[in-house]
Amino acid sequence: MSLRTQRLVYLLAAAVLGPALLWGLGGLPPVGAYRGPYGDVLNAVAVAERHAVNVVAAVTFDYRGVDTMIEEFILFAAVIGVAILLRAQRDEEARSLDADIEARRVRGTSTTVRVTGVALVGLHVVLGLYIVAHGHLGPGGGFQGGVVLATGALMVYLAGRYVTLRRLSPEVLTDGAEAVGAGGYVAVGLVGLVAAGQFLLNVLPLGQPNTLLSAGTIPALNLLVGLEVAGGFVLLLSEFLEQTLLIQGGRR
Amino acid sequence: MTPILALVLLLVAGAGTAVVTTRDPLDQAIVASFYGLILGILFTVYQAPDVALSQITVGAVALPLMILLALAKIRHQQQRRDQAVDGGGEDGAARGPARDRGPGREP
Repeated sequence: MSLRTQRLVYLLAAAVLGPALLWGLGGLPPVGAYRGPYGDVLNAVAVAERHAVNVVAAVTFDYRGVDTMIEEFILFAAVIGVAILLRAQRDEEARSLDADIEARRVRGTSTTVRVTGVALVGLHVVLGLYIVAHGHLGPGGGFQGGVVLATGALMVYLAGRYVTLRRLSPEVLTDGAEAVGAGGYVAVGLVGLVAAGQFLLNVLPLGQPNTLLSAGTIPALNLLVGLEVAGGFVLLLSEFLEQTLLIQGGRR
Repeated sequence: MTPILALVLLLVAGAGTAVVTTRDPLDQAIVASFYGLILGILFTVYQAPDVALSQITVGAVALPLMILLALAKIRHQQQRRDQAVDGGGEDGAARGPARDRGPGREP
C-alpha cells in the first residue's frame, strides 16, 4: 500500500471515528459518578461477610474467585509457552554450560549499578512479601507482590552474575513455585467444594477483620498467586537470559 | 475536574504520544515504562490504588522487561547470523567451531 493510499484510508477513518469518539465521550458520566448497584452492595456487605477490609480483594479472590483462577492460568500458560519455545531453540544450539555461564556475565557493569542492585535486592523481597501478605488489608495482592518479588531476582542478576541467579533460583524451585501456585489455587477451591459443596467457597475461619490472619481463604489464595507469579517471572527471566547474551555482553 | 486531575490527564496524553513517536524499540521500551508509571499515578488520583499497583507492576516493570529481553535475544541472533555470513567467505572452516561457542567467547 502506497503512502498516499495509507493517508487516504487514515483520513477517511479519522473523519468517521473522530467525531464518533467525541460524541461518545460527551455522553460519559461525570468523574466520580457511579450508577451500578453492585459496588454499593459489596461495599455494604463485604467486610461483614468476609472480614476482608480491602473489598477489592474480597471481590477478586472470593466473590469472583474463579475469574482470578482463570487469569492465573492465562499467565501460567503464557510462561509455559515461552519456556517451551526457548528450550526447544536451546537444544538446537547445544552449547556447553561453562561457556554459557562465562558468556552471560554482565560486562561493563559499573560499581554504582552493582551496589545499587545489592541494596535493592532485600528491599524488593521485603516489599514483595509485604504486598503479597497484605492483599486483603490494603491495595496489593499476589499478582502485584509476585512481580515485585521477581524483580528482586532481576536485581541479583544486575548486581552479580548469571551464575548467582541460577544458583539462587534453580529450575526445580522456579518450576515448582509456579506449579504449586497454580495447582494450590485449584486445591483451595476443591477444599471449598468438598467441605461446603461449592467450588472456592471461603471455608477457612474468617478471624478478626483488619488483622493479618483474617478473611479466610483470601490471604492463602494471595500467597499462592504470589508464588505462581514470582516463580513464573523468574522462570521467564532465566529462560531468556539462558538464551541470550545480555546487550552489554554482545556489545564488544 | 480538579487541577491535579487535569495535569495528570495531560501528562498521560503527552507520555502516550511520546511512546508512539519514539522510533527506536530500545528507547521505546524505556518511554513505555515511564508511560506505565504515569498511568499508575492517574489511577491513584482516581482513587483506585489496587489497579494503580497492578498497572505499575505490569506497565512499568513487566512489559518493558519483556521487551528488553526480547530485544537482547533478537540482537544476539542477528549477531550470530552476521558472523555466519562473514565466516562463509574467507575462512569459513576456521570460524565454524568458534561460532558454535557463541560470540561472547571469542577473544
